[in-house]
Amino acid sequence: MAEGYEVLVCGAGPAGLAAAQAAASQGVRVGLVDAQARPGGQVWRQDLRFGSVRAARRAIAAATGAVQWLGATQIVAAERGELLAERAGGAVRLRYERLVLATGARELILPFPGWTLPGVTGAGGLQALVKQGWPIAGRRVVVAGTGPLLLAVAAGLRKHGARLLTILEQAPAMRVRRFACSLAASPGTALQAMRLRFGSLGIPYRCGEFVVAAQGDARLQSVSIRTPRGLRQLECDQLAVGYGLVPNVELAELLGCRLDRSGPHAAVATDARLRTSISGVYAAGEVRGVGGAAAASIEGRIAGLAACGQEAAAARLAGLQQRARRFAARVARSFALDPRLRALASPETIVCRCEDVPLGALAGFDDGRAAKLATRCGMGACQGRLCGDILAALGRYPQPAAAAPLFPVRLSTLSEPMADSLTPTSTRGN
Amino acid sequence: MNRGDEVRLEVDGVAISVPDGANVAAAVARATSAFRRGVGGDPRGPLCGIGVCFECRVRIDARAHQRACMVLARPGMQVQTRG
Repeated sequence: MAEGYEVLVCGAGPAGLAAAQAAASQGVRVGLVDAQARPGGQVWRQDLRFGSVRAARRAIAAATGAVQWLGATQIVAAERGELLAERAGGAVRLRYERLVLATGARELILPFPGWTLPGVTGAGGLQALVKQGWPIAGRRVVVAGTGPLLLAVAAGLRKHGARLLTILEQAPAMRVRRFACSLAASPGTALQAMRLRFGSLGIPYRCGEFVVAAQGDARLQSVSIRTPRGLRQLECDQLAVGYGLVPNVELAELLGCRLDRSGPHAAVATDARLRTSISGVYAAGEVRGVGGAAAASIEGRIAGLAACGQEAAAARLAGLQQRARRFAARVARSFALDPRLRALASPETIVCRCEDVPLGALAGFDDGRAAKLATRCGMGACQGRLCGDILAALGRYPQPAAAAPLFPVRLSTLSEPMADSLTPTSTRGN
Repeated sequence: MNRGDEVRLEVDGVAISVPDGANVAAAVARATSAFRRGVGGDPRGPLCGIGVCFECRVRIDARAHQRACMVLARPGMQVQTRG
C-alpha cells in the first residue's frame, strides 16, 4: 500500500520528534516513521519499569498527537519522492513532498579479544536492552568506554538492580576533570554530582583505564583492564562498552545527499537551514555529526520549520543550535580516543561478526571492496555497518557505500508495486 | 494488558515470562545466553541492542532471522534460538 505526506520525518528521537511537531504546527500533513515500535529514539527510549523522562514524554505527546505515527516500520529503499518500508503487516510505500532525515546514530564498539562473547554489549546497547526487560538485577556489571554516556548508563543499570563493579573511562583524569570544571551550567553539575554519588556508593569511576580483553567459556566471565599501573583482572557477568557514536547516514546516501567525509565516519552535509544537497531533503541531529540530544531537538525544529517554508522562524534558532553544537565539540575533544584502543584487536580477533572474519584475514588488502570480495568481510546481515564502522575507526578503509535494500528484507517487500497510484494493494503476509 | 502484567511465551520449548512491554531479547536472556551461533560455531548474543548488529536474531513463530531486540514479546510466542 502507499501513503502520502507533505512532510515525512525519518527517525523519532529528539530531532525527529521536534521536526514532526514543528512541521505539524504549520498545518501540513506529517508522517513520522521509525524502525522501533515506540517513539523516543535511543536517548529517550521508554523504560518499561520507570517510564520516560519528562522532556521525552512532552516531546512524544506533542509530536505523536499531531502527526501520523508509523512505528515498527523499517525503511529499506528510496527513490526520489518515495520510500519503501517494511513492517509486520507487509510493505508500504511512503510518498513525500519534503523529507527530514533524523536517523540518529549507532554505537562504535572497537574490537578486542573476547568481544564476541555473550555478555559483552554496547554501553548504550545494554541500557536499551535493560529498559526493555533484560535481566540485570544482581548481575555484576563493568561499564567501560568513553564519554558522559557511561555515567548515565551506569545510573540506569543501578536503578534496575545491577551490581555495578566499576566505570572505566578511557580518557585521562586530567582531561575529564578539566571538562567537568569547564561546565558552569547544569550538565557539569550533573556530571560532578553523579561522579560523587557513585564514589559514595563505592563504585569507582576510573579514568585512563580500558578493557583490553574479555574471557569466558561460552559467555563472559572476566575482563582484563589496562590501568596506568599495569593490567588487572576483574570477574563480571556483563560488560557494557561504548566508544562513542557513528551517524546513520545510509538512507541519506541512498537518496544521493552529499556527505561530509572529513572525519573517520561520514555525516550528512547541510547548509544553515539544514537543507541537504538534494532538493526537499533536510537533515537534523546526530546524522549531521554527533551533537547530543539538545542540539538534535533544536535542529529538528529548524528542519521542520524550514521544510514548511518558515525560513525566518528557523533562522531565529541558529544561535541556540550553534551553542549546543559547540558544547558537543567540547565533549568530543575531551573524550578523544586513546590511540592504543585502535590496537586492541589481535590478528585472530573477529572484526566482521556476521561472517566471522578475523582482522588478520584483511592483511594485504588496501581497499575495502577487494577485502570484502576475498574474505566476505561486510557481506552479512548487518550489511557491513559494524565492521565498516570499526575498519574506518581503525584507519583501514573508508565506510562502505550504502546500497538498497538498507536492511535484509522479505522478497514480497521488494515486489511491492511502484506507487503510480495511491490505490492500496492487498496487505501482504510473510 | 495492565502495567505490571507478565507475558508468557516459549523459548526453545521452555515456558518463560517477562514483564509486559519487554522485548523478545529479554525473554531469550532468561533461557540462554546463546541466541545464535557464529559461522565458526561460537555462541553469540545481543551487542547493539537497537537493531543494527543482527547478533540477537532468532526464529519467532516460524519466521527466521528476526531481531529479538526489535520485537515485543507477545503471549504465546514460540521463539527458537540456534544456540
